[in-house]
Amino acid sequence: MVDPLLRVEKLVRRFGGVLATDNLSLDVLPGELHAIIGPNGAGKTTLISQLTGQLTPNSGAIHFAGRDITRLPSYRRSRLGLARSFQITSLLPDFTAADNVALAAQAHDGHSFRFWGAARREKHLREAAQAALNRVGLARRGDVPVSELSHGEQRELELAVALATRPQMLLLDEPMAGLGATESARMVALLKELRQEVTIVLVEHDMEAVFALADRITVLVYGRVIASGAPDAIKSNEEVRRAYLGEQHAVTSHG
Amino acid sequence: MKLQINVRNVVVALVALGLLLLPLYSAATGNIFILTLFTRIVIFALAAASLNLIMGYGGMMSFGHAAYLGIGGYAVGILAFEGIGSGFIQWPVALAASALYALVIGALSLRTRGVYFIMITLAFAQMAYYVASGLSRYGGDDGLTIYRRSTFGGLIDLSNRVQFYYLCLFCLFGGVYLIWRIVNSRFGMVVQGIRSNEQRMQAIGYHANRYRLVCFVISGTICGLAGALLANNTDFVSPAGMYWTRSGELMVMVVFGGMGSLFGPVIGTILFLLLEELLSQFTEYWALVMGPLLLLIVLFARGGIMGLLGRVGRG
Ligand SMILES: Nc1ncnc2c1ncn2[C@@H]1O[C@H](COP(=O)(O)OP(=O)(O)O)[C@@H](O)[C@H]1O
Ligand SMILES: [Mg+2]
Repeated sequence: MVDPLLRVEKLVRRFGGVLATDNLSLDVLPGELHAIIGPNGAGKTTLISQLTGQLTPNSGAIHFAGRDITRLPSYRRSRLGLARSFQITSLLPDFTAADNVALAAQAHDGHSFRFWGAARREKHLREAAQAALNRVGLARRGDVPVSELSHGEQRELELAVALATRPQMLLLDEPMAGLGATESARMVALLKELRQEVTIVLVEHDMEAVFALADRITVLVYGRVIASGAPDAIKSNEEVRRAYLGEQHAVTSHG
Repeated sequence: MKLQINVRNVVVALVALGLLLLPLYSAATGNIFILTLFTRIVIFALAAASLNLIMGYGGMMSFGHAAYLGIGGYAVGILAFEGIGSGFIQWPVALAASALYALVIGALSLRTRGVYFIMITLAFAQMAYYVASGLSRYGGDDGLTIYRRSTFGGLIDLSNRVQFYYLCLFCLFGGVYLIWRIVNSRFGMVVQGIRSNEQRMQAIGYHANRYRLVCFVISGTICGLAGALLANNTDFVSPAGMYWTRSGELMVMVVFGGMGSLFGPVIGTILFLLLEELLSQFTEYWALVMGPLLLLIVLFARGGIMGLLGRVGRG
């Protein structure tokens, strides 16, 4: 058996009386695309945030590449190769698309206590940014300020930013949320490509996409894992059908 | 970088030229007052420019920037009082003391955000004010007269009005140039990124507070230089110069001119101090006029004067 790249053990996170993560354990193997599904409020975003360090768990442990990262701040986890996209787009609105990506590349290219040379003229940073933009289909949108990008473009930029940190593991929180049909299809195609290169944890409501992409699926309900396994096993799992897949239509319509 | 010709840049160039030529005008007309006034303006413009670095580019609303004026000034004053008149010692001490103060205050204040940050920087500056008031050996509340301006081994004579003016102007232009380089550097991009979205910057690998702190220290150090100049200009330092109203004035100068624009604080300071001079001739309640004026700027000219000029340029 290969060692998991990410190992989550008995994670607990409360918000007041709400148990958003309830004694959750999970393994993600190197190279796999691991989807996490579950109804709204199941605790998917809360889980991702604990994995990348925006939130700290009340108890439990997170190991990444054999290292205990439970208490590491998010910037240190980024250096270790964890990158995320946010469900609610979180970019630098006053900067251009290329600047957003170049800053992500810069964070992983030596230190940034350089006070004199013009950062926008550092060729390799600009090239890295352009490469990531090309990747997500924003090749010609580099000079556009984020605030002028469409919602779909911002979603793609989220992904480009994460890619520019050259991660070992990508955690994508509903990358297709709010995308139109063509944009969604493009995103699925892109994820199919990316999964060859990087381990992916994908939170997604679009079941078609999930079953097309995932090697394994974990189902969350009320912060608990109710099932985890190959797509076929999940599809035929009685508890999953009752708790979740049965109401899939209600869920997808929430977007 | 390509230089664009637009209203904003033309105004900036004219103002810079005007500042450069001012001593000629003063000599030609025998108007010494204007040179004295503008020496003061240039020094405050440097202080405002330093504040703009953290306020405009870094998003850190420091309400205690006058403390650095005081610390830079007291470093010069105290050393002069103790018989050390060389600027080669006084000025580095002024810068180092300001940097150290910024490092300590920054490390403590940057744990907080928003209004708390404003309040805590204000509180620390008021503490510095009371400490200065308590320095009985150096005049306490009454302040300390500086009998001899800093000497630079005959290189430059600070008692010569024109030479001193040009020294101040050199420091201002140098300071603005330095800030320009910083703002466009890797470091500057990071600091502006943190202002824009701290969570995002942390998520892509930046230790936000470390960059903030360094920015805070750079800003304080530049303002300490302004403090050393100011003490030489007035031949005097006193706690009054570090009072919170002085910090407030610096903020107003920055907002007036345009936060986060390179030359904005210079324009803001010129207008603020000229208006103050003008209005105080008519009424002692000049603040009553200045207040509403500032309100208008904040309400109708976001980005201050520079923002306004930018819009004129676009037509
Ligand atoms: N910052 C927060 N404060 C309070 N409650 C929260 C917070 N974030 C999430 N929750 C609660 O935790 C639960 C899980 O939320 P979330 O992780 O966003 O679910 P999902 O992403 O699966 O839709 C929900 O009940 C939500 O209301
Ligand atoms: Mg969510």
